[in-house]
Amino acid sequence: MIKKKILNASVSSATALSAFFILAIVAVVMGNIIIEGSSTVTWEFLTGKPTEGMTQGGIFPAIFGTFLLVVIMSIIGVPIGTITAIYLTEYANQHSPFARLIRFAVNTLAGVPAIVFGLFGLGFFIQFVGSSMDKALLPAGELRWGQPNILWASLTMAILTLPVVIVSVEEALKSVPRELREASLALGATKFETIWKIVLPNSLAGMLTGGILAVSRGAGEVAPILFTGAAYFLPKLPNSLSDQFMELGYHIYIMSTQSPDVEATRGIQYATTLVLLVLTFALNFSAIFLRYRVRKNMAH
Amino acid sequence: MNELKTKIRVENFNFYYDKKHALKNISMNVPEHRVTALIGPSGCGKSTFLRSLNRMNDLIEHTRCDGTVVVDNVNIYDEAIDVVELRKKVGMIFQRSNPFPKSIYDNVAYGPRINNIKEKKQLDEIVERSLIRAALWDEVKDDLSKSGLALSGGQQQRLCIARAVAVDPEILLMDEPASALDPLATTKIEELIHELKEKYTIVIVTHNMQQAARVSDFTAFFYMGEQIEFDETKKIFTMPGKKQTEDYITGRFG
Repeated sequence: MIKKKILNASVSSATALSAFFILAIVAVVMGNIIIEGSSTVTWEFLTGKPTEGMTQGGIFPAIFGTFLLVVIMSIIGVPIGTITAIYLTEYANQHSPFARLIRFAVNTLAGVPAIVFGLFGLGFFIQFVGSSMDKALLPAGELRWGQPNILWASLTMAILTLPVVIVSVEEALKSVPRELREASLALGATKFETIWKIVLPNSLAGMLTGGILAVSRGAGEVAPILFTGAAYFLPKLPNSLSDQFMELGYHIYIMSTQSPDVEATRGIQYATTLVLLVLTFALNFSAIFLRYRVRKNMAH
Repeated sequence: MNELKTKIRVENFNFYYDKKHALKNISMNVPEHRVTALIGPSGCGKSTFLRSLNRMNDLIEHTRCDGTVVVDNVNIYDEAIDVVELRKKVGMIFQRSNPFPKSIYDNVAYGPRINNIKEKKQLDEIVERSLIRAALWDEVKDDLSKSGLALSGGQQQRLCIARAVAVDPEILLMDEPASALDPLATTKIEELIHELKEKYTIVIVTHNMQQAARVSDFTAFFYMGEQIEFDETKKIFTMPGKKQTEDYITGRFG
């Protein structure tokens, strides 16, 4: 009996300890960043340009670039992902080889390392699609699309986040009860009318959740844009799809590894990291909140 | 029985779930403007049969059927049949009330809107008429914008009936429409069924023998996928022709 009690007590304290360990890591990381970074995050920092070889000034171009990146990425990725998910849940025969192949592809895509997407973007979008466009559209030798830009970076990011969108939209669609679909069909609605008027409106919040999760995933990735569009430093904001852009994650990376004076940028590094973290956390929390709302509505 | 017009004529109908033979050689003439009840123990095929009458079983993968189901002289399993048109003509009420998460008005107007009725005045009329027909109008007329989900269980089921009659069907299929309701709400639905048969031909699946006896004019008894007996309800419940029917309605098995 005593043996059992000792075993029981030690297992429960071991599990509690490892749980506490996780909490402690989060607390140390967050605490460190908040303490070191918060004093640098000022209005001028959020709205200004980097100056003095990026040892002074703000990060507005990087915030703007990140924003633009995820917006273009969503405009391209969310519709494609949503339509794929609609096909998979509503139209495809669940056991057909084709549907299985697509699901297998989605899962594989989800497991591919981000840097591979970056290389794919470089090889496919820039060197193949972009160069071909230049050859077709511009006088020989001129370069416009065959080099890194925000369009190719966004497309690469859209492909990276596609599995996130597909899986969450599929879940949202599946959460619409069969009874509602049957009610609609029994009234003489076609399958398309049922999807359009009943299934999609009732899974809208779930789809939004998917979109937000994709955006927060995209905002946190650097590898895919490394070769496809992010710039070290730009004096002006991008104003065309063929322009390069600055991005928060990439900005942190170059300031901590490529800056001529890493020590001098320490405060900016912390502050930029804080901004990026707050941004992705805010997106994740809004996704969780939305999902909670959906579940509550469905429980009626 | 001869003077009654047949609305649905079923001949040698078989239905299979994958390899399971769920309905065996069913033949039945469902009379117009009468209530026909389908009774039998769980899994006997009565719901499957009901769902065959508006081809809702088409939605289930790996099923097939043969034989004929003729509604108004048209075989509904004919390849040329438009299932969507069929389902407008043959409405369905489900076991669990399933209003859309929309307002009462939008629930009832859903069917007409699909049929391209867009004019507000016309929709208003249809909604009012349908809700009156489903005996719900007086309870909800002051707040048609309220969510259908905010209604009580019995009211929700009547809303579903209103939604079904809004597309002007000729036949109403009811799959245990009162099984989830309290006795008072059940009584209301039963009274309603009695009124509805003047305009519609009704086929109802029920677990409740008293209910079948109360609401129906004809009764079919199903057992293990076979139709054991089909006759006037009076006759089925007073002097059934088959021993199995008698055993079932007297509660000896079920």
